[in-house]
Amino acid sequence: MLTKRIIPCLDIKNGRTVKGVNFLNLRDAGDPVELAKKYAKKGADELVFLDISATLESRTTTHDMVREVARQIDIPFTVGGGVRSIEDAAKLLKSGADKVAVNSSAIKRPELIKELSQAYGNQCIVVAIDAKKIDDKWIVHFAGGTIPTHLDLFEWAKKVEALGAGEILFTSMNHDGVKTGFATNALKKLSSVVNIPIIASGGAGHIQHFVDVFEHDAADAALAASVFHFGEISIVDLKKELKQHNISIRL
Amino acid sequence: MKVTILDYGAGNIQSVQFALARLGVSAILSSDKEEILTADKIIFPGVGHASEAMKQLNATALSDLIPNLKQDVLGICLGMQLLCTSTGEGETEGLDVFDVDVKRFSNAVKVPHMGWNRIEDLKSDLFKGLNSNPYMYSVHSYYAPIVSQTIASSNYEFPFSAALQHKNFYGVQFHPEKSSSDGAQILTNFLNL
Repeated sequence: MLTKRIIPCLDIKNGRTVKGVNFLNLRDAGDPVELAKKYAKKGADELVFLDISATLESRTTTHDMVREVARQIDIPFTVGGGVRSIEDAAKLLKSGADKVAVNSSAIKRPELIKELSQAYGNQCIVVAIDAKKIDDKWIVHFAGGTIPTHLDLFEWAKKVEALGAGEILFTSMNHDGVKTGFATNALKKLSSVVNIPIIASGGAGHIQHFVDVFEHDAADAALAASVFHFGEISIVDLKKELKQHNISIRL
Repeated sequence: MKVTILDYGAGNIQSVQFALARLGVSAILSSDKEEILTADKIIFPGVGHASEAMKQLNATALSDLIPNLKQDVLGICLGMQLLCTSTGEGETEGLDVFDVDVKRFSNAVKVPHMGWNRIEDLKSDLFKGLNSNPYMYSVHSYYAPIVSQTIASSNYEFPFSAALQHKNFYGVQFHPEKSSSDGAQILTNFLNL
């Protein structure tokens, strides 16, 4: 049986891991390669790196980091942030990333998803979606959650699937960094409107939050950052607890 | 030992090279006939679209070379699928080493099959030293059904071939290079065959 995946997420800026609350107030959380190594050893199923560097120079630093991660880590990893073209994706995949994630650039030019999936297969194209619940509607945002669109989360999800996305990484902006649990209802609906894997992101604070999202079968994978980076949840304890709840997990 | 990884322009093949480097083996990436024919072991990786990959193999004449190789060959993921008779992905003719037609999973399950799943009914030295039913990382939308050449199975929607073998040709649907220490053991076993 296919297992549910636990995915630590590393936000990368200028070659360092950082973490903020509601996309703001960044704190330093260590060397990404060392963190990645530690997570792989502890049983993380996959890793996600989001490059939030602003300059071209620091993006080059990210490529070096990706190569180092690929050299040292024996589990799959996704890299996102600043992927605007086939060339950008090619660079990351050549550096050793298994998948690339696109977000803002796909909103600005949805055809990009099609181009990427035709070039590399849909299995390595992750579409990251940041959405915020406003008056009962889930509104997609871009540019690191700073700019709202007119897109509805579920409509956009269906569209990216049709364009060739292999997986959706959905971050609830309402839940991100506040540690009150994942957006289980929205995730459940998302899982029912598309037929590709869904990664739940935003809101993990306790082990029980992971149990909830998987027991409701609302997601195929759950992603978290600060609870892992700052040692609040150990991946081993988390996986043991999930197993006790009869959730299919690799232990 | 000389290990050559077939480089025909498909996807992320560096991961395989890195995985072998972690085992202390420095493998060559090449599409050169000499580099391939003089290798002791050959790895045939692949991610991406079957018809595109097949086009590349035809363009580089690797499609004639591969089925006649006498060394041990390990096809990984799309590499394994291209060694089959045909694949439904783009209605592509395969290299016909494994006598099986590759099909797409139905929409009764999420496609692609992505993540860690157990491999079972292990019937080859490729799996020596592993605990029974270890977890491997896979990501694929197409599968080879169970046939007489199946040497390991996995279950998603139904049991399918996680690994195939015919003479000196081995194929694995999962990614040993991304499957932690158990995956590394499989690569080691392949090198020791």
